[in-house]
This record gives sequence, C-alpha cells and structure tokens, in this order.
Amino acid sequence: MKSFFFHLMPYGALDLSYADKYNSAWATLPNSYFDAKLGRSYYERYIGELTLADELGFDGICVNEHHQTAYGLMPAPNLIAAALTRTTKQAKIAVLGRALPLVHSPVAIAEELAMLDQMSGGRIIAGFVRGVGSEYYANAINPTHSHTRFYEAHDLILRAWKEPGPFPYRGRHFEFEYVNLWPKPLQTPHPPVWLPSQGSSETVEWGAAPERKYTYLQTFSPLPMAKKAFDYYREVAERSGYTAQPSQLGWAVPMYVAETDEIARREAKPHIEAFFTKFLRMPVEMRLPPGYSSVASIKSLIEQRYKIRSAATTLETLMDFGMVVCGSPATVRQRLAAIQKDLGVGTLIAMLQVATLPADLTEKNLHLFAAEVMPFLRELGADAPMAKESAVA
Amino acid sequence: MQESTIEVRGQKLRCLQAGSGPTVLYLHGFGGLTESALLQRLAETHRVLAPEHPGFGPSSIPDWMMGTDDLAFFYLDLLDALDLTDVHLVGHAVGGWIAAEVAIRSTARLASAALLAPAGVVVLDVSITDIFLTNTEDLVRSQVHDPDAPATAAWVQAELAKPIDHVLQNRAALARIGWSPRLHNPQLPYWLHRIDVPTLVVWGEDDQVIPFACHRPYLDTIAGAELMALPKAGHALHVERAGEIADRLQAFHSGARG
Repeated sequence: MKSFFFHLMPYGALDLSYADKYNSAWATLPNSYFDAKLGRSYYERYIGELTLADELGFDGICVNEHHQTAYGLMPAPNLIAAALTRTTKQAKIAVLGRALPLVHSPVAIAEELAMLDQMSGGRIIAGFVRGVGSEYYANAINPTHSHTRFYEAHDLILRAWKEPGPFPYRGRHFEFEYVNLWPKPLQTPHPPVWLPSQGSSETVEWGAAPERKYTYLQTFSPLPMAKKAFDYYREVAERSGYTAQPSQLGWAVPMYVAETDEIARREAKPHIEAFFTKFLRMPVEMRLPPGYSSVASIKSLIEQRYKIRSAATTLETLMDFGMVVCGSPATVRQRLAAIQKDLGVGTLIAMLQVATLPADLTEKNLHLFAAEVMPFLRELGADAPMAKESAVA
Repeated sequence: MQESTIEVRGQKLRCLQAGSGPTVLYLHGFGGLTESALLQRLAETHRVLAPEHPGFGPSSIPDWMMGTDDLAFFYLDLLDALDLTDVHLVGHAVGGWIAAEVAIRSTARLASAALLAPAGVVVLDVSITDIFLTNTEDLVRSQVHDPDAPATAAWVQAELAKPIDHVLQNRAALARIGWSPRLHNPQLPYWLHRIDVPTLVVWGEDDQVIPFACHRPYLDTIAGAELMALPKAGHALHVERAGEIADRLQAFHSGARG
C-alpha cells in the first residue's frame, strides 16, 4: 500500500467558540475570525510539513481546494502545488482536487496542471471533484449544473491534454474557439486522474468505466460505507470485463500515531474532535444546496450519512466507525492491516494534520508514521503482477 | 379547484383550474403550486388557470430551462397553445418575476399584469436573506406576518407537512432559475418600460423575504403602474391578505381592457 500525506491547511487558530454564534465554519463565518498576521506563518509551516513528508519518503503529498472557510486556506491549490514543485524531490504531488464545476475555464485548469506536471518532472496527480455544497454559495455557481459542468469540464480537459490542438470545443456550459495547450503535460498520455468522493454510486460507476479506470478515493466515511463503495467499484469493473486493482482504490482518513495508545488518544482527542465538530460544521442547506445531487440521493444522505456523522463526535466513536485511526505504531499497523484486507485498497491517504493539531505534534506524527508504519504498509495491497500495467494505463 | 394536466410543446404541467369569467393566469411563488385563499377568491369572479412551473413539484427540470427568460417564452407558448386572449396575468414572488419577464416580451395576449411581491429586481443597500440557506421551517414562518393567526396557521402547517421530495424538487427548480444572480435579472429594469398594459404592484410592508423597498424599480419603470402597499403584511400575500387583494384585483381588472 502506498502512503500519501494529505494536508488541508486549516486555519488552526480558529476561535472554536465561533460555534456559539455561527452555524458553520464555511462561507458565512465572518473573516474577522482570521488574523491576517498569522496567515504567513501557517503557509510557511504547512508547506514545510508537506516538504518534510517528501524527505521522509512518502509516496505522495496531497493538497486540495476549498473556498471561504477556516477548514482549509487553499482556495487555489495549484499555487501550493507550484511551491511544492520547488521544495520537494520525489513525492507525487496530488491536487485532490480541482473543483471542476466551479471554474469558468476548464482550459485554464488543463494549462495549470500541464505547467505543474512540467515543473515537477511528471509528478502531478490530477484529482477532479465537484466541490462540497458550500462552494456553490462561495463561488456563485449554480448547483443544479454541478454534474453537467463537471462532466463537460472533465471531457474538455482530457481532450486538451490528449488531442493535437488547436481544436474548437462546443459544450452546453463551455465554448472555446481554440483549444491548443502550450505546454502539454509531461506525463503521457496525461497525469493520472483521481476521483475523491464520498461514495455516490454515479461517481463510482463513472470512474470505474473501462475507458477511464480512474483511481477512486473514499473520504470521511464509516468503514462499511467505504467498503460498499470499493466493492461497487470492483463489481462495475468485473461487469465491464476487467479486474480492478488495489492501486485504483484509495482511502483517506485522519490519523495520529504516538508512543503509546494512551498518549496518542490524549494528544489527538481535542484536535480530531474539533475537526469533525467545528471545522466540518455546516447546516444541511449549505452541505447540500438545491439540485447538487438528485432528490433521491439528497434524501438518503440526510437520512443515513449525516445521522452517523452527527452521532460520531468523540474520538472514541470516530475510531469505532473507522473514521479515524489513532494509537501506538503497533496498534496503527494492526488496524491498517485489517482495514486494508477488508477494503482491498492500494493507497492510503493519511491526514496527519487536521484542524488545530499544532506543529510539534504534526511533526512527531509524520516522523512516527514514516518510520514505524509506512515501511510495513509497503508490503500490503500490491497489484496483481500482470495486471499492474493495464490498471494504470 | 380542479386539478388537470396541460401539455405545451411536449411539456406536461400540473394545473389548478376553477371558475368562469375573465381569464386569470396565475404564476405561483417559491413554495410551488398549492390551492390558496387568493386562488379561491379569484375563482369567484374569474376563470382561474394556475399551472405549476416546469421543474417544480413532482416533475424534473427540463433541459431547455436555464433561466426565467426560458420560462417567459414557455408561458408565451402556453398562451398561444391555449389561444388565451385578454389574460389577466397574476404572479407571486418568483411567479411575479416570471410574469414581468413574460410581459416585457409580449403583452399581445394580456389585458393586465399584477405583480405580488415579485422577485426579479434588487435595490442596492437593501439586504435580502438568502432563502437557499434558510431551512424550510424558518422560511415558511418568515413568510407570514403573524404565523399564529388562525388564517395563516393552517397554511404554515400545510407547508411544513409537504412531502420532502417536493420541497427538495421545488428548491432545485428555483435554484436552476434563480441561483445566480440571486433571484433577479440585472437586465430586467432596462426592459420594464415595455410593459404597456395596466400593472398593479402589490407588496407587504413587512415582507421578510423580498423587502418592500424592492417595489421601486417596478413602480418607477412601468408606465402608470399602481402600488398597493399592505401594512402589517409579510410575503405570503396569497394567504394572509387574499380578500383585500382579490377585491382590488376584481376592480382593477374591470378597469383594464378585457
């Protein structure tokens, strides 16, 4: 199993008592809560933590896109990725992802990722997402066009990477007389595409289709839901005439490793709980704007997932649900081995810094994970020898 | 009232109908199509036709529907398809906005227009609550001046008891036409001068959803437009002030051509 370090770059100094006055850390939380003088030190620190992961031998480092929120200070993840192309040497740089429906020019995304791919020497992984509900408020993009803008932007970006230019593009949402990338990406035919998602069956089906075989990442889910999504991916693959490999499946989870179980729980508890109860906090109208998903899936999300999520507010219940992994190196190794066997994933996206977790604990977490857990994971979840090439092609 | 289905160029619409007399085409507001005190009162003196906007209620959003301009052309098609003439157009909230979009394009089949707390325009410096971020219960309650008055309590209860599927679908259809710019068309004030039939603008002075001040662009731009300002009235005019409005409309329609 490959190990990636995912950083959300949160505003760690968030005054958590905001929750007494406001119902969300997204879009509507006044930016008077943001101390401009602290901004620079956070960027220094977080870019340093991602760079450290490269030095420690992580297979990849991940950044992502969120707007107008204390949850993450990365409205433009490509800027951070650009900085990382200068500070890192070997790790893949995964942008997880660009929120395709939010942009006005998919060509600009194709261009920027092509630049990053060149600048990084072919280390870029392109994650494509629709963006969480709040982004549609923060970006004034019509949520009822979310799916169609996503698919259209995706098609345009892939054509821009693969096809000789110039060519015209005429879609429902985007029209370009000239699509003609300078530069083209370094990787051929294009950087790998990953799909971070919360498990909608439509996304799984689309990503698993044989003409795409995109790596599917499950985020923030109780284990049974993650397993359901991965099983469905494998089922769609079999139905389409191929066998899905572990490298096509990734699992993202907040994780904390310390000297003992007791120390790990004590140190992680306030930060993990702040992450789930304060930084992820959004009313349902914001999380699921009208038309963002079908009426049926919005209903099932309201009825199932959010009930679990609102029940899981303590470190202990989050660990029980498999939404957090926390403990001594031995405990974490054991837990991850069991989860890997259950889920059949080939990529672990470890969120080793979340919310208010301070610099010293984050560094310790990175060091311990890299020294005590990562080498052990390498032996798990390899692709079948013959299948590897076709799976990543 | 009687429920029926009408079809316009392949698009099926649920429709409430009742009464006889001069024709009223009623375009419903945010909450979708429901029988209301206003429709019942109007049906005493008019032939009332109240279609459900495409994409609302149990239907799904049609591919052609990208904004209120499409709905305006659709309702002009409806007037042609049913061959309605001398129509008194009445629209509430988002329906009032659509009515204005219809009337700036053609008044050939219209006798008059009544805009009840219409969306469609904004007035700078007047802040408007984001109804998409408001939960259903707060949104329903904020529409009435006095949620506990007997006349409105039943409506509030009925709105809150609506099936979740319809509530979600209505919100999605509304978002399709009114997400960005939020529930208005910045170009509309430039074309309101084209409305050349008698026009009545009705507004609750305590409207918490679309503030009373938003009547200005309509009143200033539509030649001869009359204002009916209702003190102690909220947004749900069709529920709380049905009697007064129906009386005023009846007199207003008698004076208008048709």
